[in-house]
Amino acid sequence: MKPEELTAMAEKARNQDAHFSHHIHVCTESGCVSSQSDVLLKNITDEVQRRGLKSTVCVKGVGCMGLCCNGPLLKADDTMYQSVKPEHAGTVVESLAGQPVAELVCDTKQPFFTRQKLIVRENAGRIDPENLADCVAHGAYRALLKVLTGMTPQQVIAEISESGLRGRGGAGFPTGLKWATVSKAGGKTKYVICNGDEGDPGAFMDRSVMEGDPHRVLEGMAIAAYAVGARQGILYVRAEYPLAVKRLTRAINQARREGLLGHGLFGSNFDFNVEIRLGAGAFVCGEETALIASVEGKRGMPRPRPPYPANSGLHGCPTLINNVETFANIPAIIERGGKWFATIGTEKSKGTKIFALTGKIKNTGLIEVPMGMPLREIIYDIAGGIPDGKAFKAVQTGGPSGGCIPAEHLDITVDYESLTKLGSIMGSGGMIVMDETSNMVDVARFFMEFCMSESCGKCIPCRVGTYEMHELLDRICKRQATMADLSLLKDLCDMVKQTSLCGLGQSAPNPVLSTLRYFESEYLKLIQSSPTGLAEDGAKHVALEVLS
Amino acid sequence: MNTFTDVEIESITLRIDDKDVSCRKGETVLQVARENGIDIPTLCYMEGLTVWGGCRLCMVEIAGFPKLQAACATVCTEGMNISTNSPRLENYRRIIVELLLAERNHVCSVCVSNGHCELQAMAIKLGIDHVRFAYRFPHLDVDNSHDRMRMDHNRCILCSRCVRVCAEIEGAHTKDIKGRGVLAAIIHDLDQNWGESETCTSCGKCVNICPTGALTHRGTAVGEMTKKTMFLPYLTLMREAQP
Amino acid sequence: MTQAASMPQPPTDDKRWKIVETTMRRNNFHADALIESLHSVQQAFGFLDKASMLWVAAALHVPLSKVYGVATFYHFFTLKPQGKHVCVVCMGTACYIKGGQKLLDEVQQRYNIKENQTTKDGQLSLMVARCIGACGLAPTAVIDGQVFGKRTPPELLDSLDATLKRKANV
Repeated sequence: MKPEELTAMAEKARNQDAHFSHHIHVCTESGCVSSQSDVLLKNITDEVQRRGLKSTVCVKGVGCMGLCCNGPLLKADDTMYQSVKPEHAGTVVESLAGQPVAELVCDTKQPFFTRQKLIVRENAGRIDPENLADCVAHGAYRALLKVLTGMTPQQVIAEISESGLRGRGGAGFPTGLKWATVSKAGGKTKYVICNGDEGDPGAFMDRSVMEGDPHRVLEGMAIAAYAVGARQGILYVRAEYPLAVKRLTRAINQARREGLLGHGLFGSNFDFNVEIRLGAGAFVCGEETALIASVEGKRGMPRPRPPYPANSGLHGCPTLINNVETFANIPAIIERGGKWFATIGTEKSKGTKIFALTGKIKNTGLIEVPMGMPLREIIYDIAGGIPDGKAFKAVQTGGPSGGCIPAEHLDITVDYESLTKLGSIMGSGGMIVMDETSNMVDVARFFMEFCMSESCGKCIPCRVGTYEMHELLDRICKRQATMADLSLLKDLCDMVKQTSLCGLGQSAPNPVLSTLRYFESEYLKLIQSSPTGLAEDGAKHVALEVLS
Repeated sequence: MNTFTDVEIESITLRIDDKDVSCRKGETVLQVARENGIDIPTLCYMEGLTVWGGCRLCMVEIAGFPKLQAACATVCTEGMNISTNSPRLENYRRIIVELLLAERNHVCSVCVSNGHCELQAMAIKLGIDHVRFAYRFPHLDVDNSHDRMRMDHNRCILCSRCVRVCAEIEGAHTKDIKGRGVLAAIIHDLDQNWGESETCTSCGKCVNICPTGALTHRGTAVGEMTKKTMFLPYLTLMREAQP
Repeated sequence: MTQAASMPQPPTDDKRWKIVETTMRRNNFHADALIESLHSVQQAFGFLDKASMLWVAAALHVPLSKVYGVATFYHFFTLKPQGKHVCVVCMGTACYIKGGQKLLDEVQQRYNIKENQTTKDGQLSLMVARCIGACGLAPTAVIDGQVFGKRTPPELLDSLDATLKRKANV
């Protein structure tokens, strides 16, 4: 595709759009589809057709509008509707000419919508992810055009570095620095991998971005590839996300057909291709070296680092790995500049972050807020607080590798540093809220069960350590534990954290350590109420076998 | 490989346990420590096979590194200051061996490898006389189907030495690991009886390299199973010597 | 490709092997494509049997033990045939906090099966997912590919009963 063709494509799509006097947008992401939004979309399309309004009313399926708990969500011109059933199609279409349907209206003036700042999700709810022209009309590939027609790879990296963007996958490594490392690494062949294996249970930000704006991810990858000198990209996506796989596959095919992927993009000498690799259900594949093993068709087992993938990754070649949300930030940074991006957020955590709000909370769904927003504002204003008159107890961030934050720290700001200071992590952005009825030891046991069954089995501390930690937690939950068990659990947490091979093992004890830090009394209560609880020492298993 | 060129071999100096040592570029901490008579415990490492880094017994403290490092997988750099033994490391090593003993069914008194077992030796060296963790007591099979060798899963510690020697040295790749976590286990081909494997060459390398009594020759009595491991450095050397 | 020329014959003359072969061909019969190929087998046949693993191993030049190791490493692959209908209960964190365990318990009790098991009549398989990414609708379950969100145990059982009855009549 030539530069002017992109402009023409956008122009054409915008002109077509101008003919419509009304727009109906229906969310077609997994959450709303499970409440039959696909049937709703079809009914509305039929209804519009039946009434002969096809030339004046534009009906399209769009990405997530955020408030998943009240889905399916639908936007008819400027009015948002919630919990719309397929049988409401006629009423909605009718309302275009008159008054909104009062009983379905969703208040967009509530803090859930007004306090957000959309960068990554700016087009979610506005574009049809399956329609390339519509995406282009809303700015897709404009940043790639800018990069290929006026920036050197070094300038791109400098821009990303200036923005202060940090990896959104968990650890928060500075993206610019990572790109620079891969760019400097020698070798002819380099790879760019997008990690779309969102394995963290309770998180679905990346699914939403892939389903709602797939071209943004491809564009981010293409820009990264240009910057580091790669020509091949790999999108590693969970097989559990069939809709995301379908949309991405379609997006790649469209982009290839239109010459937005392939040879000599925008008349430059830059070639870039992307292929999809399916994950197959392994949390450990979030670890970079395990992910690479999986892309190579092997068991997803991590290997010791160094060498880091930036120097020796896929097939031994320098490999850049970023997650979906990181790549999706890139086009905005390029278009509006690193300086602009750096004005958002805190000193060390720039930009916005998408969070998946779930658990015991009124508004569950996806939000994108500036880094550094007080946790209290997220929980009480945006998410609407705790339902059923219950009290807030804790919020778990960072999933099985993270920790919980109790009520006394509700006033912290949400950024990489503050969360780490409290013993949790930003992680990929899951926020699971627990109310007073939640049993924190049980939560710790839940996460340990997860880590135990996700442990790849390569290193002993993680393989057997998570099993024994789970065993101890289970004993505590069942009121069969002693104080000696508790101290053994603490020792084991320390050992597993310090000696495990990869991030999964090193962070597996975090949920235990963090619940012990803030809710040790719950552990003690369970132990003290058990029949053996006050015994000084647990029964020791004498290992006759060793000294035979 | 050309050994007799006049290429200057870059030499590196470092400190291990307060002893000044030097080594060639590219050598790992474990290799250099062994060359200098400093014993760092391991159960999965084997000179001549690729580094696995799974047993975590060789974790050492290196000044300036925020985390512990596995000696087998850490390449020496100039001026490193390494400590291979400390109460903290000793404690971690003890827990690791205790975990191994709790994971499967290790009963030395009836084991053919009694007295020649690396796991047993490690436990004795670390002074382990009891295990604080709950035993798993898994129900595991003994594969007696091969006419000369035997695989007893009760005694396996999943060090993967057999998998690596089979794939990397013998080139058969008959063995691999199935499943994951504590449910992982060594398999032959499509998890079939060893004796029925069409790819196994019956070379016996895996038996000789197994640190415990998991892989043994059939017909050996308690304590009789000794292992010959010199073939590995020999084969490595011979391969390097080929033009 | 020369490798394509030495392509081993599929286990049977079932047409579905063609789909798997296409996947492997698209990847130039490279060993990297092992996971993709297994996905393809499972999609076509519902599970991975011994014959399919033997064939994929031969076609991609991957050792048998490695194929088996990969097939058993990932949760997504199953080596046993599935029931006619599949119910997946999500046990992601959000669903767990909101009562996913109760859903699972009730389904187990009603149909007298545990997770990863199939009823004796082969009608229903029960699986557990690590997170299906519909956390906003917790607790969730998936019946034959369709997501059911915000369900109480009786509601889920009703949906399951309806599915089993409806399809049994067809």
